[in-house]
Amino acid sequence: MSTPAASQRFPLPSSLRVVPGTERAQAAYSYLTQFTEADDSRFWFYNSMHFPEPMCAFDMVTAEAAYCALGAANTRVHSLPTTLGIDHRIINGRVYIGGNAVTDPAEIARRTAEFQQRAFYYYANWEKLQAQWHEKMMTLIRDAQALPKPELPEFEPLANVHAGRGVASNHYLLDTFQKTLEGYFRMWHHHFEFLLLGYGAYLTFFAFCKKAFPEITDQTIARMVAGIEAEIFRPDDELRRLARRAVELGVDAKFQTRLSAEEIIAALQQSGVAGQAWLDELETSRNPWFNINVGDGFYHYHRAWNDDLSMPFACLPEYIKRVKSGESLERPIERLRAERQELIEGYRELLNTDEDRAAYDQMITLAHRVFPYVEGHKFYCEHWYTNLFFNKIREFGALLAAQGFFPDTEAVFHLTHYELEMAIIDLMSAWSNGSAPRGPAYWPGIVSERRAALKEWAAHVTPPALGPVPDVIDDPAIVMLWGITRENLNAWLAADSGADSNEVRGFAASSGVVEGPARIVKSVKEISRLQAGDILVCQITNPTWAPIFQTIVAAVSDIGGSMSHAAIVAREYGLPAVVGTGNATSRIKDGQRIRVDGGRGVVTILG
Amino acid sequence: MAASPVTAWFADIGLEDRPHVGGKGGSLGELQRAGIAVPPGFVVKTGAFERFIAALERKAPLRSRIEALGGDDLSATAARCDEMRARIEAEPLPAEVLDELTSAYSALCGLSGGQSPVAVRSSATTEDAADASFAGLQDTYLWVTDLNQTVQRVRSCWASLYSVESVTYRRRRGLPEQAVAMAVVVQKMVDARTAGVMFTRSPLTGDRSVVTVEGSWGLGSAVVGGEVTPDRWVLAKITGDISVRTVSEKVIQHVPAPGGGTQSVAVADELRRTACLSDEELQALRTIARKVERHYGRPQDIEWAVDRQTNEILLLQSRPETVWSAKESAPVARPAADPLLHVMSIFGGKQ
Repeated sequence: MSTPAASQRFPLPSSLRVVPGTERAQAAYSYLTQFTEADDSRFWFYNSMHFPEPMCAFDMVTAEAAYCALGAANTRVHSLPTTLGIDHRIINGRVYIGGNAVTDPAEIARRTAEFQQRAFYYYANWEKLQAQWHEKMMTLIRDAQALPKPELPEFEPLANVHAGRGVASNHYLLDTFQKTLEGYFRMWHHHFEFLLLGYGAYLTFFAFCKKAFPEITDQTIARMVAGIEAEIFRPDDELRRLARRAVELGVDAKFQTRLSAEEIIAALQQSGVAGQAWLDELETSRNPWFNINVGDGFYHYHRAWNDDLSMPFACLPEYIKRVKSGESLERPIERLRAERQELIEGYRELLNTDEDRAAYDQMITLAHRVFPYVEGHKFYCEHWYTNLFFNKIREFGALLAAQGFFPDTEAVFHLTHYELEMAIIDLMSAWSNGSAPRGPAYWPGIVSERRAALKEWAAHVTPPALGPVPDVIDDPAIVMLWGITRENLNAWLAADSGADSNEVRGFAASSGVVEGPARIVKSVKEISRLQAGDILVCQITNPTWAPIFQTIVAAVSDIGGSMSHAAIVAREYGLPAVVGTGNATSRIKDGQRIRVDGGRGVVTILG
Repeated sequence: MAASPVTAWFADIGLEDRPHVGGKGGSLGELQRAGIAVPPGFVVKTGAFERFIAALERKAPLRSRIEALGGDDLSATAARCDEMRARIEAEPLPAEVLDELTSAYSALCGLSGGQSPVAVRSSATTEDAADASFAGLQDTYLWVTDLNQTVQRVRSCWASLYSVESVTYRRRRGLPEQAVAMAVVVQKMVDARTAGVMFTRSPLTGDRSVVTVEGSWGLGSAVVGGEVTPDRWVLAKITGDISVRTVSEKVIQHVPAPGGGTQSVAVADELRRTACLSDEELQALRTIARKVERHYGRPQDIEWAVDRQTNEILLLQSRPETVWSAKESAPVARPAADPLLHVMSIFGGKQ
């Protein structure tokens, strides 16, 4: 990879144009996220990892809430010595972010002293604090579950009146909405309470391994640290359990690949005691383990298994077939644990000195200590809580749509949360005044304008980065969370000058070489297209996709690093995987023959 | 032939016998002892060489005439070396040496030899000294087909001690000639389908967690001699993951010549761009590499061959890797009084 000339830089933010005709949709995003001239002097990169598609106006709340919490943890809570928080800007529905590095040595020293009183306390008391975290998170989830469904009765219920509640139902719309929003912002603080410290401890071990073993692959280090019984495996484990139960209960014949989830459930309801018993088992699994969404939790339309049973049900027939052919389907926990231990000891033995081995032991001990949080938090934050959040907003969408504000429930996501509060207050006023709400005349046009803008933006390629190329990227938060390095930037600059090869490169996530037809799967609705022997090519995968890994022979994704859940699951299934290619879904055509070399991170388009 | 000063079977020797069987012989014995397959054979020990030289010295001085050389007069050295080598090549083996060599050869190959060619390889006693590598300065003769030729090649190995390079090397370092001796390995030839070398670390980065394998069609001499660009693989030592696979265009291969010795022939078109090892074979090599490295407790530089008939992998040589091993000194990291301080390497910025 050649180093680009010093003069090379990415386009300046001021040179980026809002796609003509979408100016009003662009203006919907909060003023603090609009690029200004002053932003030209800074380096920004497109956060395609978390926001790979143009974002609906409402979904931008995730950027707001997450960066507020991330920044607070880094800047004020743990006082990371060399970095503050992340600024974000939005253009054409794309989220660009820029770090605030601390470079003054005196300031770094001052922050280091703070850091060691704060972060070190967390490391030293990790288990206790993590148990406390779990309690806090469960309380937050229960509070969100307890929020009432937003409703407006014609008359205030008599019981409220007789109880002298003194506050009418319209007020509870605002109350519920604000609590919903407050809970989401709070959840992101929980999310980042440990995260950077966890990644930091992991990266400490990672960096040591890279130095001691310059040719070790990222995935091998990941395998040494990865948890065996992490929450991310649970949803798939539950599916396997349900497959076993279907066979044990003798209702397995009801699971036909051509039937929809609803049809299968209807058939089971008519299958007497056994069918009902299986449906009861399903309920046990669903709460909470089907609260996992088919994306990474950042888009309202990445629905949870619980809300769309087509994904889990699509996988059941294959699991049932395997149970009937005598497979246990149980994850071999003991074997996996032994394999991990073998890796750790194998590499340890290869170190040159006893001092190295002692340092290695200290670092991996800390990495193992922090990693359950790094792996486990996503289920609670990005999946469970986020599903509750978007579904609550959906309830407001249904209420407003019924009042004529929107053509459909999902339209609510084309309003920012500020606008949604206005619409809710509009409805509250109208209900109280007995007049008609203004929204029905106001929002439908805006919604259709924004829907059109999103389509427009999706069709426009956006630069991977903006502004001057920094000499080095030594902001640990950027490196840890986004894997952005100077090498990436060079690759992006090089790609800009014309990509002509038949190779698509990404992170080597799970080794092995395999050839097969590419199946481009852009949403969960398309997974039924996957045939045995196909190579899955997708934008992002996550643990909910795990069951389809039994059908495919390799996986390629646009987004994700070697510690991404897709990578973890691929390794678990022993499938070659290349993740974080940036553009595999646009460069590879459906049905094309490709070769995936998961050990080197290279996908070759064969024809 | 236990405890004979003249010959010894691989099974009866190990590294500790290097003063008498040389580095290569000791290593082959040690490998066999560690349960690694090597082509069967025996060593013509330094005792045989000593008896042979003693007989020569009785006729006219040899070692003192070498020691009399200055280190820098190349033409004088060359002339003296020619003379010494000619004497060695012409001198018959002492009877006791010839008898033992004959009986060991017969036991290995059958009395007639012929059907069972051998490799005759020099095995220098100083070869494994990390600071004075003689590697490559001695000779190997492949596909030797009868006893007479074997005897001749043993003498040639001995004579190689008096090559200009070897002698110059010794004279520059002032090594005493009395201590110079040569053992010779005689072992069954492997008709290699594929052969090559492997390092139990990366030659590029010194990384000990990988095994680097290079191989090509036919006998390993084409790879060792640099006459072909071998296929190359890098395997993770612990996991077996293959991170590099480079299949080269392998134009020629070394194969046995009809009348003994080897010859270079063209590789068939369809095999030129075909990988010369299967993944299973690569994994088998990795297992062997780990076993050998464990046995010796340090990184190794290994020559191997895959038998054309049986597909068995045999080791022809293993010696300590010296280039990177000499560089190793400072630990990558030291244990910290407070283990948490390690995280400052990530959070603390450039320090």
